[in-house]
Amino acid sequence: MKIRRVLVGTLTVLVSNKLRSGLTILGIVIGVAAVIAMLSVGQGAQNSITSSISSIGTNLLFLSAGSGARFGGAGVGGTVTVRNVRPLTMSDAQALQDPYQAPDVLAVAPILQGGNISASATNGQSTTTTVYGVPSDYFSMRDETLSEGAIFSDQEVNIHARVAVIGPDLASTLFGQTTGLTGQTLRINGQTFTIIGVLQSKGGTALGSSDNQAIIPITTARDRVIQTPGNYVNTIYIQATSANSVTNASTEVSNIMRMRHHVAVGAEDFSIFNQQDLANTASSIIGVLTVFLGGIAAISLLVGGIGIMNIMLVSVTERTREIGLRKAVGARNRDIMVQFLVESLILSLLGGVMGILLGWLIALTIGRIASASGTSLTPAVSLNAILLATLFSAAVGLFFGIYPARRAAMLEPVEALRYE
Amino acid sequence: MDDIVIRAKDLTKVYHMGEVEVQALCGVSLEVKRGEVVAIMGPSGSGKSTLMSILGCLDRPTSGEYILDGETVAGLTDDQLASIRNRKIGFVFQSFNLLQRVSALVNVELPLGYANRPDEGRGRAAEALREVGLENRMKHRPAELSGGEQQRVAVARALVNEPAILLADEPTGNLDSRVGQEIMDLLLKLNHDSNTTLVIISHDPRIASQAQRIISIRDGLVERNTQ
Repeated sequence: MKIRRVLVGTLTVLVSNKLRSGLTILGIVIGVAAVIAMLSVGQGAQNSITSSISSIGTNLLFLSAGSGARFGGAGVGGTVTVRNVRPLTMSDAQALQDPYQAPDVLAVAPILQGGNISASATNGQSTTTTVYGVPSDYFSMRDETLSEGAIFSDQEVNIHARVAVIGPDLASTLFGQTTGLTGQTLRINGQTFTIIGVLQSKGGTALGSSDNQAIIPITTARDRVIQTPGNYVNTIYIQATSANSVTNASTEVSNIMRMRHHVAVGAEDFSIFNQQDLANTASSIIGVLTVFLGGIAAISLLVGGIGIMNIMLVSVTERTREIGLRKAVGARNRDIMVQFLVESLILSLLGGVMGILLGWLIALTIGRIASASGTSLTPAVSLNAILLATLFSAAVGLFFGIYPARRAAMLEPVEALRYE
Repeated sequence: MDDIVIRAKDLTKVYHMGEVEVQALCGVSLEVKRGEVVAIMGPSGSGKSTLMSILGCLDRPTSGEYILDGETVAGLTDDQLASIRNRKIGFVFQSFNLLQRVSALVNVELPLGYANRPDEGRGRAAEALREVGLENRMKHRPAELSGGEQQRVAVARALVNEPAILLADEPTGNLDSRVGQEIMDLLLKLNHDSNTTLVIISHDPRIASQAQRIISIRDGLVERNTQ
């Protein structure tokens, strides 16, 4: 076969110039490795942010009082200033649970929240913390898991039980430990609570640390910790039936709330913040960063390509007599062109493959270092990145091979044969 | 078939060296019959190398007519000339011009690769090497062969496509006289056995005298054409 003959010939050339071929390839290897490493670490960061956001639950909606968006346009209502904002109440939460008006809503949890509330242990340690008064549904909605103990039940909410589930940071501040605390007591806002569970650490996420908190039944909170007029609540968490029905659920919640608060479309005195919006924003920022870094890495690939062109030009000059001879025995210009193009293509593709492996290795190492320092970052080497790098390196080989190959093909046979 | 293999009429060649025009050939006409052995002689600068390039279709004449084995060569494209070189002409150079990286066999296969008959490759190349007496050297690289053996490989490469003419440009120039004579004997034997037309360019009278006819070139013109 003709192709086989060209390939064998090319490999013979490359193998007989091992050092030179190796150094030429190195430029491409570094370029491709940089691109792969950047893209996969970027992808990993994107995944890690997305998953840390979805650890809160991607099918969650947050309903809060007041117009305007807390998170950059995520809310309903826009920029219209609304006077006489009605606070959210327990009965709002009740209304949202209507399965006929809100079929896409799975669960509703009204939240009473208080910041900077004093907490102290019997051993005299004290600190301030954020207190959440919640129904028992809250734990499953937020995907909260416990490292020990249990969550409180509906029953305990109903009887205004003085029980608390605390975050690991609060636990270690007050008790110096995060285990063996079930059954111990602490004082929140001067009231005695029994610890029934400790939350699993979520670490620092894109949303800040959520490990310094105490979660108590909403009924108890209203009685003893966070006094509010009426049945007001700060936020209502709404869980959609699935991630796909979030938009529908959001519309249903808006409709119900507009009716209850007697406001028109565009003049809402509440806002709905969608978990997905934040996830999208965050991952698009990372995406831009990744492309930017990948672009910088691509410059080194370009430099590698210029290296290939340089070596191919040297090679053409060195083998001028060979080119002359090949033409004398019947090689057409095209044959010579193909021969040198294949050579640069093989150089760059070989560099591409090695670069992919090296880039993979670098990405894995970065992942290891990151996880050793406590940030969970699993670099994701995507098929796209591999295809992109392969195509790009092949394109580099072709592009930077064309000029030397053309130069070889255009040599006059007589002059090439006489070349010393 | 035409009995005349090379029919050249009023060939001229002008080189442009910057501003200066150099007239390398000033109207050369010659004919070579099929199966003939012709020597082209002349001092350096006489234009014999230019003539050899044109006869070998490596270069085009500025004017004049050249018919090789029944095909008019003037006005052909680069690719058509390459095809003619491949099918009709076998080259033997003074400095062998073998690819150093590959074996004798692969060197001989080279022209077959550019013809569209790659399947016959190995067999024909091996046969050509056998014809020049190198059946035991096929796997050797040029560096492992003596000068005479290298030139034999080159002769085998020239033969492999069964060309109409064999163009030998100072084939013994890089060899001592004994080995050079062996190569001459080989070329003459090939001419005798398979009736291949042989054109030898040389300035060595002892080599040229073995041809049936000597064409002397001087100052771009045929000076003498002796039987």
